[in-house]
Amino acid sequence: MSSNAATSSTTHEHYYVPAQSRLPVWMAFGMFLTVFGAGKMMNDMSSGAESSSSHWWFFAGALVFAVVMYNWFSKVIRENHAGLNSAQLKKSYVWGMGWFIFSEVMFFAAFFGALFYVRNFVGPWLGGEGDKGVTNYLYPGFEFSWPMLSNPDNGLFQAPEAVIHAFGLPLINTIILIASSITLTVAHHALRAGHRKQLNIWLGITVALGIIFLFFQAEEYIEAYQHLGLTLESGIYGSTFFMLTGFHGAHVTIGTFMLAVQLVRSIRGHFKAEDHFGFEASAWYWHFVDVVWLCLFVLVYWI
Amino acid sequence: MTTATHDHDHDHEHHGPAKGLTRWLYTTNHKDIGTMYLWFSFAMFLLGGTFAMVIRAELFQPGLQLVQPEFFNQMTTMHGLIMVFGAVMPAFVGLANWMIPMMVGAPDMALPRMNNLSFWILPFAFAMLTSTLFMEGGGPNFGWTFYAPLSTTYAPPSVTFFIFAVHIMGASSIMGAINIVATILNMRAPGMTLMKMPLFVWTWLITAYLLIAVMPVLAGVVTMMLMDIHFGTAFFNAAGGGSPVLFQHIFWFFGHPEVYIMILPAFGIVSAIIPAFARKRLFGYSSMVYATASIAFLSFIVWAHHMFTVGIPFLGEAFFMWATMLIAVPTGVKVFNWVTTMFRGSMTFETPMLFAICFVVLFTIGGFSGLMLAVAPADFQYHDTYFVVAHFHYVLVPGAVFSIMAGVYYWLPKWSGKMYNETLGKVHFWLSFIGVNVLFFPQHFLGLAGMPRRIPDYALQFADFNMVSSIGGFLFGASQLLFLYIVVHTIVAGKPAPAKPWEGAEGLEWTVDSPAPYHTFSTPPKID
Repeated sequence: MSSNAATSSTTHEHYYVPAQSRLPVWMAFGMFLTVFGAGKMMNDMSSGAESSSSHWWFFAGALVFAVVMYNWFSKVIRENHAGLNSAQLKKSYVWGMGWFIFSEVMFFAAFFGALFYVRNFVGPWLGGEGDKGVTNYLYPGFEFSWPMLSNPDNGLFQAPEAVIHAFGLPLINTIILIASSITLTVAHHALRAGHRKQLNIWLGITVALGIIFLFFQAEEYIEAYQHLGLTLESGIYGSTFFMLTGFHGAHVTIGTFMLAVQLVRSIRGHFKAEDHFGFEASAWYWHFVDVVWLCLFVLVYWI
Repeated sequence: MTTATHDHDHDHEHHGPAKGLTRWLYTTNHKDIGTMYLWFSFAMFLLGGTFAMVIRAELFQPGLQLVQPEFFNQMTTMHGLIMVFGAVMPAFVGLANWMIPMMVGAPDMALPRMNNLSFWILPFAFAMLTSTLFMEGGGPNFGWTFYAPLSTTYAPPSVTFFIFAVHIMGASSIMGAINIVATILNMRAPGMTLMKMPLFVWTWLITAYLLIAVMPVLAGVVTMMLMDIHFGTAFFNAAGGGSPVLFQHIFWFFGHPEVYIMILPAFGIVSAIIPAFARKRLFGYSSMVYATASIAFLSFIVWAHHMFTVGIPFLGEAFFMWATMLIAVPTGVKVFNWVTTMFRGSMTFETPMLFAICFVVLFTIGGFSGLMLAVAPADFQYHDTYFVVAHFHYVLVPGAVFSIMAGVYYWLPKWSGKMYNETLGKVHFWLSFIGVNVLFFPQHFLGLAGMPRRIPDYALQFADFNMVSSIGGFLFGASQLLFLYIVVHTIVAGKPAPAKPWEGAEGLEWTVDSPAPYHTFSTPPKID
């Protein structure tokens, strides 16, 4: 340990270990305030209490969270510009983002798994088929079909009159998202070739496609709620439909925001042809969101 | 020593920790963060232990003496949650933080600021979780497995805060695990090939994969609960086409890998300690690695063995029974390897070794009762009885917890630079060993005789064994105060420890001074 400084500059790249930072503990505090406030809001809502101060906890938390995020990412970008990040450190970011996306995949897997189990086991059993068909005694006369336009207990859960068809808006949205993945890849090629103007144009188009997707998704929800009676409360079809598409939509929102930030950074000239991890990480995230949508289109809307 | 050869490393490279409270609040140092994890874990161990004392005190005699059934349910629930998520998991993460960078020759964890975030989420999460006990309607009372609809339709309002506490502690675990994966895969010193890594590093690498894979599933299932409770969805309600059994499937898809998350790092610790005190190399290193990976893989396809009695199809029972029994094969490989390592070794029995040997024997008992539970037709008899309680406490207390204690005694000289008092350590071991067996062994008999778990009162024929069990519980609980005293006494007044206090110990951590310098391996060490 005594002679490290002398040798490190010659034989081995230096791994940047940041000095003390206020960011993490504030981030933890912000997360706590956010979820505590959210919990209070939901409990107030469900107990019918006139909301007191709970939303202020939530907003305060979200504000702390946002401010810390902004500062944290700014700091990381400044460190990179200052040349502190060795190739090895960049690899840590690559591993970090990669495994974060894998954890997101598993989050969606839980909901897809629920959908699979409901369609293939719970539903048929409640309808009297298969190994556990005796559960039909719980709700005599219930016949299972998918989409579920009649619930076991229609008094507790009012079933939808109809559901969203795959080959309307969802198909358009599929095309939009696939197109956005292509435009993003074109932008990436432009970045690697050093054509900043083309990069900005194609990245801008990608962000726009993301926003258009979200607009159509909102249209679809309005249609479902106002005309089809398809809501979160309309039984397991509505539950799985809105949770899967809703979490996907939330991820598209985050992804669009990430890409918009990259666009701003690109306009400010942050990227180099060989060094643009912020862009790459956002692009991976976007492709992940895209693949989730393809699964949704097939498994939720289509079959 | 030259300083500031690079303009960018002048502010952290060659100096010690900052002063005062901000050292701990703002730190990016893996050793500081490891220390905080370990102390946090110990605090939670005492809190969860206090809940356990309430449980054992109420069960000392039949009838209701001390607490009401509603409060008893909150105690069993909070005891489980605090011990699993607050005591055992953070302890292993703390050990990982302290040891992995030193074991692989890295200057720190791969992402030091995120590392600090992972820790600081936990005090907030557990403060929120514990505060539910004081809320209207009481705290979570549905068992640590929080089965729907107990945890949805019939839950107290505080369940919302339980859900959000799980969310943020899950985020903490995922970030911690990502950090560990990145550290192990990216930060090894040149020459430290994968198959040269200490087994503790290997077991943690595999554990981290498990964490990244299943903590999001836990987040998913509590999110479904939240939606069922507040937003009218029907995930766990058959009236809307959902199913309470769906909850159990998703929960145990998380839950079974979770129990291996709590035991694989223990395998790593024991695999470090037994060779050190047997003064022999670990027998079958590569088979240990493959066995760990096999156990991790199998953990994903056995979850429904927790659900044999809920009504799953016959083929499902058969599949999950056989798959579960398969786990005995790689686990057996490990146990045989530990025994073979000790075979004809020149063994000495310092405190870490006592805990490690005890781990091998008692964990194996817990493993065998697990095999008994895996037999689906037999499980119908002892499902949800004290036999299950005895089984998982044998793998978790003399298993996971003893391995953590073994690790603390083994590495405490490295952390503090001081040697613990060997006599007191041995007293702590024997009290714990006797206490834990008196506490949990009779619970096997109680369960086989039909005493259900999670009840505050019981039939008279169970009285004697319950009293014995409670006495063991009080002994075990009190012994842990001795552990606290030993650790504090070591730090404050222990005798200085050499860089390598254990004759047979191997690994990079023993090549640095005791206490380990604030920054180790700023330049990677040479590995032959």
